[in-house]
Amino acid sequence: MATPVLRWCCPGRRWVFAGIGGVSRHGRGVPTGSTSSGKRGQSSVAQQPLITAQKPRKGEREWAAVVGLEIHAQIASNSKLFSGSQVDFAAPPNSLVSFFDASLPGTLPVLNRRCVEAAVMTGLALDCHINRRSLFDRKHYFYADLPAGYQITQQRLPIAVNGSLVYSVCVGKRRSQMVTKTAGVKQIQLEQDSGKSLHDSLRSQTLIDLNRAGVGLLEVVLEPDMSCGEEAAAAIRELQLILQALGTSQANMAEGQLRVDANISVHNPGEPLGVRTEVKNLNSARFLAKAIDYEIQRQINELENGGKILNETRSFDYKLGCTVPMRDKEGKQDYRFMPEPNLPPLLLYDSESLPTGTDPQQVINIDQLREQLPELPRVTREKLVQQYGMLPEHSFALLNEVGLLEFFQNVIKETRAEPKKVTSWVLNTFLGFLKQQNLAVSESPVTPSALAELLDLLDRKAISSSAAKQVFQELWRSKGKTPAQIVAEKKLELMQDAEALEQLCRSTLEAHPQVVTDVKKGNPRAINKLIGLVRRATLGRADPTVIKEVLERQLSL
Amino acid sequence: MLGRTLREVSEALKQGLVTPTELCQRCLSLIKKTKILNAYITVSEEVALKQAEESEKRYKKGHSLGDLDGIPVAVKDNFSTAGIETTCASNMLKGYVPPYNATVVQKLLDQGALLMGKTNLDEFAMGSGSTDGIFGPVKNPWSYSKQYREKRKQKSHGESEDSHWLITGGSSGGSAAAVSAFTCFAALGSDTGGSTRNPAAHCGVVGLKPSYGLVSRHGLIPLVNSMDVPGILTRCVDDAAIVLGILAGHDPKDSTTIQDPVKPFTLPSLTDMSKLCIGIPKEYLTPELSSEVQSLWSKAANLFESEGAKVIEVSLPHTSYSIVCYHVLCTSEVASNMARFDGLEYGHRCDTDVSTEAMYAATRREGFNDVKL
Repeated sequence: MATPVLRWCCPGRRWVFAGIGGVSRHGRGVPTGSTSSGKRGQSSVAQQPLITAQKPRKGEREWAAVVGLEIHAQIASNSKLFSGSQVDFAAPPNSLVSFFDASLPGTLPVLNRRCVEAAVMTGLALDCHINRRSLFDRKHYFYADLPAGYQITQQRLPIAVNGSLVYSVCVGKRRSQMVTKTAGVKQIQLEQDSGKSLHDSLRSQTLIDLNRAGVGLLEVVLEPDMSCGEEAAAAIRELQLILQALGTSQANMAEGQLRVDANISVHNPGEPLGVRTEVKNLNSARFLAKAIDYEIQRQINELENGGKILNETRSFDYKLGCTVPMRDKEGKQDYRFMPEPNLPPLLLYDSESLPTGTDPQQVINIDQLREQLPELPRVTREKLVQQYGMLPEHSFALLNEVGLLEFFQNVIKETRAEPKKVTSWVLNTFLGFLKQQNLAVSESPVTPSALAELLDLLDRKAISSSAAKQVFQELWRSKGKTPAQIVAEKKLELMQDAEALEQLCRSTLEAHPQVVTDVKKGNPRAINKLIGLVRRATLGRADPTVIKEVLERQLSL
Repeated sequence: MLGRTLREVSEALKQGLVTPTELCQRCLSLIKKTKILNAYITVSEEVALKQAEESEKRYKKGHSLGDLDGIPVAVKDNFSTAGIETTCASNMLKGYVPPYNATVVQKLLDQGALLMGKTNLDEFAMGSGSTDGIFGPVKNPWSYSKQYREKRKQKSHGESEDSHWLITGGSSGGSAAAVSAFTCFAALGSDTGGSTRNPAAHCGVVGLKPSYGLVSRHGLIPLVNSMDVPGILTRCVDDAAIVLGILAGHDPKDSTTIQDPVKPFTLPSLTDMSKLCIGIPKEYLTPELSSEVQSLWSKAANLFESEGAKVIEVSLPHTSYSIVCYHVLCTSEVASNMARFDGLEYGHRCDTDVSTEAMYAATRREGFNDVKL
């Protein structure tokens, strides 16, 4: 019975396939774990639900997956896309609803300038062509959180098209190498967000909060250039960083500011693309890759068992860890797209086409926005690598945590220590402590100045590196103390008196002739004993490397 | 006094020959007397009298707001009026009291006009007879004219007077009837495909449809967003010009209004016709045109020509496509604009609470009417 070969489409990711008898060809045992959420760990591979095949398979088949993404990012603006009501995510229900948002008859949309700028800036950052003329349309469907019965969007002619999103994935055995990938940006369009429905099953009612209705969204459509959950997650992460750097969206998935839908299909390489499904409700960064990979696996299993993939919409059930068909989307929806008659075409200008004598408040100049674009994450990372000689993956790590880069740069400013040392301390020690206690950089008890001072002490060889770690721990625990104070309190200064060290070494050698003999005999571990003895004698205040030097010299080795 | 032009009344008010309150009360009593016309859905008596009081204070101090200060006006019931029920003659909006004023209504009020009430119309302005609203049809004041009574007496004997009446045309029939019956000096209508001009012609008053984009639609409950405009109904052309001067201009709340500034204007008095060129579109002469209308049309053209104006034939070549375009736009935009009436946020809501879909369906079935094409 030939087991299908699964092609490694993703570096470091493997498509586990349940073979008959339970052992797949690639030497990895099939997990028989339950699908309960209690067993969910970080590695989604080990926890995949077991699917046993009933029929013999047809032969060797490779599979490739194709993943496209539709991302909705809430625009960071003071007011909504077409009305003046405020945008605030924590306000009491239905307190930020203008007459237009409530769809009172007779109200008309008025376009928000800041939202258009946000769309243009995002388009420029993603290397898109900005359409000088774009149009608004109505997309109709009936739902309680859509008061007007239609959403204003840009279906025919969106504001930006044909760009690309460059992102990186970790490859290699230890996932330490970064490989650059590109996903095409099909288009960016402006559209309205809907309100929120809260289903109260206890009282059989649905409560509608229209605070979110009408908030500006940027829909970014990524071409199906990704091939697995990890790539999709990496692309999303990079997009988040770009939006945050631009300030056009806070892009926080947990707060619903960034929502992702995935279009997924599988096919045998060389053959036409398969039927795709749409997976909605991917609103968690953690589960994004998992959900996509589950769906890919599900489709492979289905096809391998002789089944068919339906062109349907599914949603990811976080508790069960699988995708389920969305029952209320039966049949194809006819959105009856229609031009929005209350909004004339949106015209954008550049420095060349800008008519003379126009009121700058009334027009948008693309060239001006381009000049004012903040530095993009990719550029920031490149600069870090060039300036400080750090590895690319370190630059990614620094940008991946809110406030970490700033922290790093503040330490660099105040310390004489080498950038490589700073990088290591920030990414390993500092970040490690933060993660352990689940703190944000802004909540850190250790300030950049404190760390800088500590690194200076280390650099001057005033303390040993093990002492430095002790100091750091103490800094973390007790507020207000400076590294110098802690060093003094705990008597962690390295011995500066070279003569005294020489004396101690000599006396130790004299006190332990047997160990000296062992060393001279060639026992490599014997010298460590001597080092240990001297260290204890110095109360830990001598650097082991220096001790070793002195001992070796004295033993004339 | 009620038969005078706006300018004449305005002058009279300034001179104290008549007070706003007197004007208001006269119009209110006339509204009551002409109730049979069914021109008004809501008569805002208290509001109007209060406004009259304020206007009077201004006149006493010599601080009138303009030509419309203290002048009774009426507004078609598809314009949002803050605090006053706005129904669009539909069950769907029965009891709906908007929290804001339409821009054109606000402009009239800012000029000190007195709001007599909201006038009857075809439901949601869909119709050309003003017969299809839930409050019943509007009767043309000319139904009660001597000429018409004579004609009817000759034709039928013994039938009650009430069963024979003339329609006002539509959909702004209530506004046209209100103006025609002297219950106000000016009324706001709306015009999508003739809904101001049609009833104006039927009721013998002036109906002006401003060019799209000249007057703000903010607050006008829309039928066809691409074609709707607020319309003006008055008893003479000069009055229409005065009202247009007040209403026209860019509105930041309506993105389809033109940006160029609009200055109020006075119509020049036409004594020299030789500078006037009148175009007669040849495509309008269709076989369906009634002979009566055709002869009136010729009469008007001849009148201008005899006075020295140049009357020439012009071509509007896309005329034959206009009705087709109208139907496509009308049906799509109306379906789109009516999608918001689901009973959730405002307006009529049915009693069903089985599911959202069932609630939508029942609400819309109960709230809407049949469209008689």
